Amino acid sequence: VSAQQRMVTSAERLRRLLALVPYVATRRVVGLAETAATFGMTERELIDDLNLAWCVELRAPEPYCPIDLSYEDGQISISQAESIARPLRLAADEASALLVALRMLAEAASFGQHEDGDAVARLIAKIEGAAGAAGAASSQLTIQIDHPNARGMAATLSGALSAGKRVHLRHYGWRRDEATERDVDPMRLLVVEGRTYLEGWCRRAEGVRLFRLDRVLSVDVLDVPAAVPETAEPVDVDAGLFTASPSDLLAELELAPAARWVAEDYPCESVTELADGRLRIGLRTPDTTWVRRLALRLGEDARVVSPAALADEVREAAAAALAQYE
Amino acid sequence: LEVALSKRRTERLLSIVVLLLSSRRYLTAEQIRAAVSGYPEEQEAFKRMFERDKEELRDLGIPLETGRASQFDDDLGYRISRQDYELPEIHLEPDEAAVLGIASRVWQSAELAGAAAGAALKLRAASREGDGDGTASPPPGIQPRLTTQEPAFGPLWEAVRDRRPVTFDYLASGRSEVTKRTLEPWGVVNRRGRWYVAGHDRTRNAPRVFRLSRITGPVKLAGPPGSVKVPEGADIRELVKGWDRPLARNHTATLRVRADAGFALHRWGRAAPDAANPGWDRIAIDYSDPEWYARYLASFGPDVIVLDPPELREAVIRQLKGALT
Repeated sequence: VSAQQRMVTSAERLRRLLALVPYVATRRVVGLAETAATFGMTERELIDDLNLAWCVELRAPEPYCPIDLSYEDGQISISQAESIARPLRLAADEASALLVALRMLAEAASFGQHEDGDAVARLIAKIEGAAGAAGAASSQLTIQIDHPNARGMAATLSGALSAGKRVHLRHYGWRRDEATERDVDPMRLLVVEGRTYLEGWCRRAEGVRLFRLDRVLSVDVLDVPAAVPETAEPVDVDAGLFTASPSDLLAELELAPAARWVAEDYPCESVTELADGRLRIGLRTPDTTWVRRLALRLGEDARVVSPAALADEVREAAAAALAQYE
Repeated sequence: LEVALSKRRTERLLSIVVLLLSSRRYLTAEQIRAAVSGYPEEQEAFKRMFERDKEELRDLGIPLETGRASQFDDDLGYRISRQDYELPEIHLEPDEAAVLGIASRVWQSAELAGAAAGAALKLRAASREGDGDGTASPPPGIQPRLTTQEPAFGPLWEAVRDRRPVTFDYLASGRSEVTKRTLEPWGVVNRRGRWYVAGHDRTRNAPRVFRLSRITGPVKLAGPPGSVKVPEGADIRELVKGWDRPLARNHTATLRVRADAGFALHRWGRAAPDAANPGWDRIAIDYSDPEWYARYLASFGPDVIVLDPPELREAVIRQLKGALT
């Protein structure tokens, strides 16, 4: 057993085999490498699975081997798969997970006026038909991405993406409450946590940036081809949208129960429960302007614990504002 | 050794599936034991192993039927009906196969990511023509992602799917005390990236919406499957939307804002230079909730002065005094 070989339970492996055998049987002959890629396994693991299926032997009433297959020259073929030549029906979780994802995709595609929309609708109908009752529960899990102002933007940007054009954005930066102008080479459109984003190479920052579409004030498609550098790495959105850098400043706030929502709405590095429903949160950020604004907004429901300079800034801003009312 | 055991078990389970699918008759445990290798000689050990195997097959969604093995005795037997087992005929066009690839990667949560990927494999297994190689780059378009960090998601989805009531502790917004709730869940909703569960709250005897991130502690199942009736016409999307609905902006404020600050106020209000105060603008802007808006205006610090109405002005002053301490 190689060290890299992942441990799969016997149930997972059976589930895989019951899809693998029909996958090959449907195609009669299929590439080993292609099949391994589709099933997310190494060729070694795939060969182990094929051997396992081939070794199945029923002893009674007459001994026989129900599955006959071979692999050579990088090709697999199955000459006999008996009763398991068709895949198992979709389970309720499988049908629901896929249908919910597809409906979300349909909604997102309608933003971009993308031709995928039609394929999504056809696929939904086919899966609903194939799943039957197993798909019923999917209607009880719904996803809404409703940002009316993001729709037009997404259509324009998806056009720029397919045409491979650079765009000029006017973007509202909420952290500093200001608008910035930038030229961006679009990489992809994403929907993460219900919000639509453009990912692109920002020529001003010379880096990959995400722009939330409901904060894009205007967009112009330039008659310049987009030039995303080879080195540009897409953001690993699955690791979270806001990845702080260790060089960022750590701001600590203590929140009253009325301000607990802050811990849900802002990416906190740490959240500690204190007595009486109070919380202490740590926010890591390169720029504390927005934390000062947040503290002013929370008033007596929050207290900046550290850094001391930030706590002073908040008090000074409040005092300066109050002085104007005298 | 562990690997070898697990492999033998997979072999045995696969053999049972093939055997029972090929048989029209119900086969008894003894007949299965005779045909399939890997069962122990000893009777009790065999029974335990066979029970576990049946359970595992059913967990995988294999429709294992039980019935009388013959007309002449009462022995129970097993079989798998082909019609109940097999995925119906399905054929995917190349563009549909590409969309399937994107859809199978939408879920990022442990609960449903595996399920979506498993479903996609079954569909690809069933359809030959038009099937890409699965490694082709997805067409340009929007790539959505769904994450569920809330531990409550898994058990709530299970409860909704199986129509079972649940109990959980809930910390409502702005409260410091947790309340115990019993809910007949009608549906789980993700709205703008936030997860909610909507249903009939038995504690309050009314329809209610709960945000998953405010559920503290475990979600416990509190009734048998099928015991929740979702009322006809219940619209969970609307319920959640109503709970989260923005209020009408039926108040208007007059502000004095530094001309080079308060970008959002300038953009969404009606601004004009303030003749009496060079460097400042006068902005009229509509808002809904005075308390909430006072907090928002306080966040601008000395860049904003509220002129009117007096209640809003007072609320901002209170808010700023709160930030002084």
